[in-house]
Amino acid sequence: MSSLLAHDTGTGSPPDRGDPRTVRLLTPDGVRQTSGEYAARVADLDDAALLGLYTDMVVIRRIDQEATALQRQGELALWPPLLGQEAAQIGSARALEHDDFVFSSYREHGVAWVRGATTAELCRVWRGIAVAGWDPYRIGMATPQVIIGAQTLHATGYAIGAKYDGAASAVVSYFGDGATSEGDTSEAMVFAVTYGAPVVFFCQNNQWAISEPVGLQAPTGIAARAAGFGLPSVTVDGNDVLAVLAVTREALERARAGEGPSFIEAVTYRMGPHTTADDPTRYRTADEVEAWKAKDPVARLAAYLRGTGALTDDVDAEVAATAQRAAAALRADCTALGEPDGESIFDDVYAEPHPVLEAQRTRFLAYREGFEEER
Amino acid sequence: MSATMTLGGAIGAGLRQAMTADPKVLLLGEDIGKLGGVYRVTDGLQRDFGPQRVMDTPLAESGILGTAVGLAYRGYRPVCEIQFDGFVYPAFDQIVSQVSRMHARTKGAVTMPITIRIPVGGGIGSAEHHSDSPEAYFAHTPGLRVMSVADPQSAYSLIQEAVACDDPVLFFEPKRRYHLKGEVATDGAPAAGGMSRARVLRHGTDVTVLTFGGLVQVALDAAEAASEEGLSLEVIDLVSLSPIDWPAVTESVRRTGRAVVVHEAAQTGGIGAELAAGITERCFFHLEHAVVRVTGWDIPYPPAKLERHHLPDLDRVLDGVDAALGRPSSYGEQAFA
Ligand SMILES: Cc1ncc(C[n+]2csc(CCOP(=O)(O)OP(=O)(O)O)c2C)c(N)n1
Ligand SMILES: [Mg+2]
Repeated sequence: MSSLLAHDTGTGSPPDRGDPRTVRLLTPDGVRQTSGEYAARVADLDDAALLGLYTDMVVIRRIDQEATALQRQGELALWPPLLGQEAAQIGSARALEHDDFVFSSYREHGVAWVRGATTAELCRVWRGIAVAGWDPYRIGMATPQVIIGAQTLHATGYAIGAKYDGAASAVVSYFGDGATSEGDTSEAMVFAVTYGAPVVFFCQNNQWAISEPVGLQAPTGIAARAAGFGLPSVTVDGNDVLAVLAVTREALERARAGEGPSFIEAVTYRMGPHTTADDPTRYRTADEVEAWKAKDPVARLAAYLRGTGALTDDVDAEVAATAQRAAAALRADCTALGEPDGESIFDDVYAEPHPVLEAQRTRFLAYREGFEEER
Repeated sequence: MSATMTLGGAIGAGLRQAMTADPKVLLLGEDIGKLGGVYRVTDGLQRDFGPQRVMDTPLAESGILGTAVGLAYRGYRPVCEIQFDGFVYPAFDQIVSQVSRMHARTKGAVTMPITIRIPVGGGIGSAEHHSDSPEAYFAHTPGLRVMSVADPQSAYSLIQEAVACDDPVLFFEPKRRYHLKGEVATDGAPAAGGMSRARVLRHGTDVTVLTFGGLVQVALDAAEAASEEGLSLEVIDLVSLSPIDWPAVTESVRRTGRAVVVHEAAQTGGIGAELAAGITERCFFHLEHAVVRVTGWDIPYPPAKLERHHLPDLDRVLDGVDAALGRPSSYGEQAFA
């Protein structure tokens, strides 16, 4: 009985499991580790580069905050906040090359930002005027996926194709802890291993899948699963941007070297609600949220950079101003997004002419015309 | 005894009744326990019946339906919640290849008394995959019963009937009606057979309007508007989409000689196609006009801000009624050429 109920009383994992196998290069109070295999992978990052990562994180947090406000004000229909996951997203996305490709879920605004999505593109879907924000080929990132887990297979297929083409591209698939339960995710790992696909499975374990704690999906841990499929895996402190960058670089290098897929579990925390429609007080305690605040990814990097002297009050004010400009652009671009014409719902359903649908379009137009005449 | 309930609350109350009546009834789904489901339909049930009878499952729809098959094999009566219409597809294989066929496969030795509850349809400004109307896929599948509820009272009674039914039942709950309030009589056993019976909600003589779920109120509003122009529409809530209550449908259409079917799902291969064919077969010599379909277009569900161009509303129902009466309409001559 107790094991059956184990998940039921569970909440998210404690912020620090103290697992020595978890890769961490910045301690929560901002001390940088400089020795070891992973530290070597990011040894090239000087203070200026770290300040760049810091700026990314501050900017995307500010954008996220603005989008949440836009939702509250009725300008967006919904928004899934990334608050708390900035390091996991920025650190991994900054490891990517231009020709790499991303297949993500809906919460990866930080990844999209790094890939080059504009503020308008970040808003389009959530404003309810489109089901895709950007041209996937322009920024090297597929339309974020709503069907949990589906994108893991897409990433794998794309990676197989890139391999067949002899390209140097690698692919990253982002998904959540909840997504690890879907059959698609397991199937993706099977295919990736079978074909030696240059794909990185990047799981942001943010402790929650809506109201379900990660223990309900994976009582024995997520990263450990990969071994059963034949993938190397690593658990990384997902609130440590340096460590995330290091493990993602390693996995991408492996992919590009023809050594096949890898699995990364980035342990992080969804500090906000699942979406703006969610009320997390129904399923998790304020204490848990507080405990994770002490591990804040942005504050951690700030502490380190303050220690080195790179982040002064003046510099921080500049970063804040940059973030403020991005937020203002988001607001302006979002509210300027008009509604497409109704007839556009018939566009692009098929790549080739479809007479039945075209007849429906004709009827739609006739209906609308008749309706307007009546007025 | 009666109480005021929302449609969602009535389903929850009906589930509570069903769980109290039969200890083999158990609920499975994502976020249905502590959270009470994203629409709070199962609110309080895990608290009162425990985590073994109200199971928050891992995030896997095929897993939910597949384990429900095993539980049913073992004598349980699982009620599965699929969080949104668009998330039933990962479970499609288990439903179509296993749930629907098990009774026939085993020559009746094994029953699959599984209820699959699905919040359905649009009109709520939701994100992609949160507004689908997939009922036709299931109505097309032999072995499944498919139904949709439209008001608190029938929701309360019919969910209990669905759970008690020894066949698998797809139970569609129109999201746009979840918060609709109504008086619900909670005493006495629900009328047996109600889940397979259509309901005439408004009597009329000129045209029969056939619909279900989220569009029932739209059809009633259209009938009210039409009456102001001296037109008498009969409005039928089909309730059951498999089996269709043909006696109720034919009785009405033979009287009016004209039928308009209204649903949110795309037209091609939809429930409207089955109704049009069945009505033609049964009422051919009584028909004054071809059956008219007022449906969503044959497109993927559009983004929220454009859904009003897709969904049948009062005016589009009246446009269809005009077509059925042979009056000028968007359907024109060529639609029936
Ligand atoms: C196939 C499918 N089932 C259910 C849902 C509803 N749903 C949306 S998000 C979510 C939780 C996802 O959790 P996780 O994978 O951990 O990602 P996170 O939201 O934490 O980023 C669920 C159940 C869905 N979108 N797709
Ligand atoms: Mg999660």
